[in-house]
Amino acid sequence: MAALGLVVSAIAFLFAVAVAGAAARRLPQAPTVVYGGTAAACALIALWAALRLAGGGPDAALVLPVGLPWIQAHLRADALSAVFLIVVNLGGITASLFGWGYERAHHDAHGGSQDGPVLPLYPLFLAGMNMVLIAADAFTFLLSWEFMSLASWLLVLSTHREPDTPKAARLYLLMASFGTACLLLAFGVLATAHGDYSFAAIRAHAPAAGAAALVVVLILLGAGSKAGLVPLHVWLPLAHPAAPSHVSALMSGVMTKVAVYAMIRVLFDLLGEPEWWWGGVTMGFGALTAVMGVLYALMQDDVKRLLAYSTVENIGAIVIALGLALVFKAAHTPVIAALALAAALLHVVNHSLFKSLLFFAAGALLTATGSRDLNRLGGLIHRMPTTAVLALIGAAAISALPPLNGFVGEWLLFQAILNAPALSEWSLKIEIAVVGAALALATALAGACFVRLYGIAFLGRPRSRAAGEAVEVGRAMRLGMAVPAVLCVVLGVLPTPLLRLFEPALRLLVEAGPFDGRAYQPWFWLAPTSAIGNSYNGLIMLVVIALLSVVLVLGIHRKASDRVRWSIPWGCGFDGPDPAAVTQYTASSFGQPIRRAFGSTVFRARDHVDMPAPGDTRPARLSVTWTDPAWVVVVEPLSRAVGWLAEKANRLQFLTIRRYLTLMFLALVVLLVMVAVTQR
Amino acid sequence: MTLLLATLYQTLQMLLVLALAPLLTGWVRLVKARLVGRRGPSVVQPYRDLLRLLRKEVVLARNASWLFRAVPYMMFTAIWLAAGLVPVFTTQLALAPTADLIALIALLGSARFFLALAGMDTGTSFGGIGSSREMMIAALAEPAMLMIVFSVAILVRSTSLAEIADFMMSGAVGLRISLALALIALVMVAIAENARIPIDNPATHLELTMVHEAMVLEYSGRHLALVEAASMLKMLLYMALIACVFAPWGMATAGSGVAAALGGVLVFVAKLAVGGTLLALFETSIAKMRVFRVGEFLGGALLLSLLGAIFLYVSRGV
Repeated sequence: MAALGLVVSAIAFLFAVAVAGAAARRLPQAPTVVYGGTAAACALIALWAALRLAGGGPDAALVLPVGLPWIQAHLRADALSAVFLIVVNLGGITASLFGWGYERAHHDAHGGSQDGPVLPLYPLFLAGMNMVLIAADAFTFLLSWEFMSLASWLLVLSTHREPDTPKAARLYLLMASFGTACLLLAFGVLATAHGDYSFAAIRAHAPAAGAAALVVVLILLGAGSKAGLVPLHVWLPLAHPAAPSHVSALMSGVMTKVAVYAMIRVLFDLLGEPEWWWGGVTMGFGALTAVMGVLYALMQDDVKRLLAYSTVENIGAIVIALGLALVFKAAHTPVIAALALAAALLHVVNHSLFKSLLFFAAGALLTATGSRDLNRLGGLIHRMPTTAVLALIGAAAISALPPLNGFVGEWLLFQAILNAPALSEWSLKIEIAVVGAALALATALAGACFVRLYGIAFLGRPRSRAAGEAVEVGRAMRLGMAVPAVLCVVLGVLPTPLLRLFEPALRLLVEAGPFDGRAYQPWFWLAPTSAIGNSYNGLIMLVVIALLSVVLVLGIHRKASDRVRWSIPWGCGFDGPDPAAVTQYTASSFGQPIRRAFGSTVFRARDHVDMPAPGDTRPARLSVTWTDPAWVVVVEPLSRAVGWLAEKANRLQFLTIRRYLTLMFLALVVLLVMVAVTQR
Repeated sequence: MTLLLATLYQTLQMLLVLALAPLLTGWVRLVKARLVGRRGPSVVQPYRDLLRLLRKEVVLARNASWLFRAVPYMMFTAIWLAAGLVPVFTTQLALAPTADLIALIALLGSARFFLALAGMDTGTSFGGIGSSREMMIAALAEPAMLMIVFSVAILVRSTSLAEIADFMMSGAVGLRISLALALIALVMVAIAENARIPIDNPATHLELTMVHEAMVLEYSGRHLALVEAASMLKMLLYMALIACVFAPWGMATAGSGVAAALGGVLVFVAKLAVGGTLLALFETSIAKMRVFRVGEFLGGALLLSLLGAIFLYVSRGV
């Protein structure tokens, strides 16, 4: 109990930091206080969670006498909470480090703080996310969830000077409200049987089949809209990039994981024994999300928006893993369920690392060049060497290249998919095979997507003067990027200790660990139990790659000529000091083959070429158009419905006071009748 | 002792693939030349080409970065390691448990990732064309390849290549529709991944159609030698892979002695000769297709392999 008190104190400290930030926001020391304080609180919580996982022991619980008079706030941190506490607070530490440097860079460039409102809101956002993870009753959970949503919404609004922000913020508010409404209903259904909203009571009374089905749908809609499941993702690529870069990193890399936590908490913990179709539906959504997300990302020219769409893809992969785990849990093969769930948790950690890293890199690009448009970057590997190396690690990790961490998560997930023939439902077997193909397609497209991003932004020649004159960012920002980059390599080479750390959480949720029933393997081998026997060892792979490289380099340089001549590349006949810059590939031209192969049907993507007649000297123009089907299917009807409701509600304002009183009286009568009927 | 022998075999394997790759390319070129009525260069010409390239100076574009210079080494290492993982003469390899088929595909994916980046480094339009087309082809070829792996892995209950070869040699598998579908799909993927006709033509420099050559156009000297050698290795790798999964006979297994391993080397060379001849026959009898037909070709491969995997998923309880 005292242990959880530590976490609660750290969260309370975050509130104090927020107040200090608000009070001192004009002072030059304010960023140092806010980011330093936040990083300290996050480090404390992360350390506590890691020790809790490593040491085992009973769950830490605490009941606080706050809230409505007859409802107390139940707080509890079990192994699952601890895993996500580590993810959230690790993100919080690096984002604080980066944010501090980012703030100073902008301070120096623009004279005076640009991100004034960010300072008090930033610790509040992290406090909200931490509170969601330790909430142990529906009331506290929803309150924390809404707190997290509002804090992030205000952070998005903090850049309100940019033209797209108000639209993004409005849409975000709409979708967040929709999500919270779904969660509210879900918890309502969960608690109807007994009227007790604490998680312990909900867990003890599993709902009936019909009610459980309703909860599954509501949780997929509610938490799914926050995580960015297609087709509820539309707000995400608008809102995430609008915030300052370190906040974007937290929103995309970390807040989506809190939504994943909500899904796991309800689907695996609170709902009791799963049925097989829950996993089928979840997996289907995941596969759709993964493929669509990466296709969207391939069509973006804005670096941060591209990264936000890539988050949609990664959430899809995580949700596929969750669906698989549900399916195998329902089929009573707990070890395989643990394997799938381990893949999900590993991908949660991995994605929070490389997505934070890439958003930080985007922030560095923005600081150095003032632009997020791919077509105004280029050649930055020369101007920003450290950022370029770190971003390359991030791009390679997110493209699931061995021996980095993204590959390990992908590998585990494929191993789980390979166990599908053991299931008895034949429709599910076909679905899993198709989902596997969709996941493979998404992974391959992600590779193309990040070659495009990295190649256009960092390689080639500068596409604007600002890119040509960019300077490397400060030390704090580089360090903020280096920490997740190093972790990407370490987790890729040695994933097993982390998976061992997850084991208490896996035992809690599916009552097995991924290494159960497997003969002893040394700790640096990844050899999970499954019907398809397998192993992978990133460490040996790294050593062999290093060895071969040394042999190769020594061999080549013994035999080969060392002469190097520098020359101008062939620029297709263009002459001048920089012949190739005008002819080099742009982001749109790089994406064109894939746009043509995949986008023409799904997104109705079209390339319009306006070619002047021979002899005419006006320039030719290429314009690319595409439409997002989710807008047509989800957002427009939803926003029409909200508009219609607002219109109706607006009319009520013209009533006289007597009519209002009549309305209230009628409402009271209806409620009393309902009570009378239900009590009888 | 077993581990020592496995390490020895592994080293021999790494050297063997390195030594045989240019020979295979030379053989395919020779057979192709003979088939169209030319005399053709000697079968050892690729070795001479590589040595000559090594001795030449490197010409670098003025704005090339360190990445451009490092990529030939990185991609060669990745493909070399991948080729070392495919059992060619024995299944007793030290690295067999370290990386399975999925890791092998990912290694090839890394090589392609970095080469595509290098294509964009100098900022010429040719490099961009090549990289963008290569990634489009990969986006379809890689999932098809994984689906093939799924089919084979479900049958064998392992994604480890050594275990797959052992199982296939045991004859327990019989004739299966899924395996036939997987074989067709794998051949299609191999043709696309190695930039062979009808997807790409390694012998032309025509901007309308070239993919791989466009990407590496800025390379010269020792860098070009590495890039060329890596693509030769990759062709050998795919042939070894097809041989290992679908025709593993003649390979030595654990405990079958050194003589069996030496016999395995001879059988492997014979397999390469047959494979090279078949490839040359195929290439001389078919026309190159338009770049945008490639999507349909590889989409077909993906569907075939997915169908094969679905058959197995439904028919088999693990």
